[in-house]
Amino acid sequence: MDNNNPSEILDQNGPAAPPRINGELVFESPWESRLFGLTMSLHEAGLFDWAEFRRLLIEEIGIWDVEEHPEEDWNYYEHWAAAFEKLLAKKNFCAPAELDGRVAAFSSRPHGHNH
Amino acid sequence: MTLIHEHGVPEIALRVEALESLLIEKGLVSPAAVDAVIKYFEQDVGPLNGATAVARAWLDPDYKARLLEDASSAFAELGITVRDNIIALENTTEEHNVVVCTLCSCYPWSVLGLPPTWYKAPAYRSRVVREPRKVLAEMGLELPESTAIRVWDSSAEIRYMVVPKRPDRTGLMTEDELQALVTRDSMIGVAQTTAPDAK
Repeated sequence: MDNNNPSEILDQNGPAAPPRINGELVFESPWESRLFGLTMSLHEAGLFDWAEFRRLLIEEIGIWDVEEHPEEDWNYYEHWAAAFEKLLAKKNFCAPAELDGRVAAFSSRPHGHNH
Repeated sequence: MTLIHEHGVPEIALRVEALESLLIEKGLVSPAAVDAVIKYFEQDVGPLNGATAVARAWLDPDYKARLLEDASSAFAELGITVRDNIIALENTTEEHNVVVCTLCSCYPWSVLGLPPTWYKAPAYRSRVVREPRKVLAEMGLELPESTAIRVWDSSAEIRYMVVPKRPDRTGLMTEDELQALVTRDSMIGVAQTTAPDAK
């Protein structure tokens, strides 16, 4: 997770790893990489214009930027997720209610479901 | 705040899993394609692409001119396919370029890989435009007052990469050795490249 102090964020990730090592972990959790992969797959399949997604992403990030938040709450891919959900709804790929229903079904899975 | 479900799975992770299952059912994506995309971005594209062009530019002034003129063609000469519209900016003693995307996270993926966490963070996005000299100093890059700083705001249409200054005392180094000096951060413009003995 990111830190609250700007200089800390910058220092911590400052001098970079050598370029052949592909940077530090670019995804902090597996869901972030799945989300990223889903978005890019749909895009590569030609199902939406990047500019359209970018507008939604900028909107989501913009809302966060003008509100007061402790900086440690920032997670870039949460905004990406929100923008992606809006894109899917807009494109009629997946309605919000459908998604909510699936989330509810998953969250009531029996304990020990190891996924 | 992160919502955590009773089995310890964050709400957002469940939502993404639910999204993936729905998109698969609808035939819009396949798990294998998603895996391949992730692997591509995590392993196949990275700052080595950018570093390859920078090292060549340091050794070959004609190549550097072509890189600054038309980066996509210059990368193509090296067998590197550039998907974004990229402009390469040269750092000199007089002028230092640094790249940001103030609105989101546009970044020259095909030559630098995926952006680091701090590049996407609100602090960097908002501050580097307002007070670049201070932000760079906090990141360990103190530039003399005589060096002008230009901040370039990336967009979906144009993405920037920086060609850092070649460090002194590298005159005898090979192209491979030079490549190894070129860090990702130096190609964003938040660091300089240094010769191995200068540390």
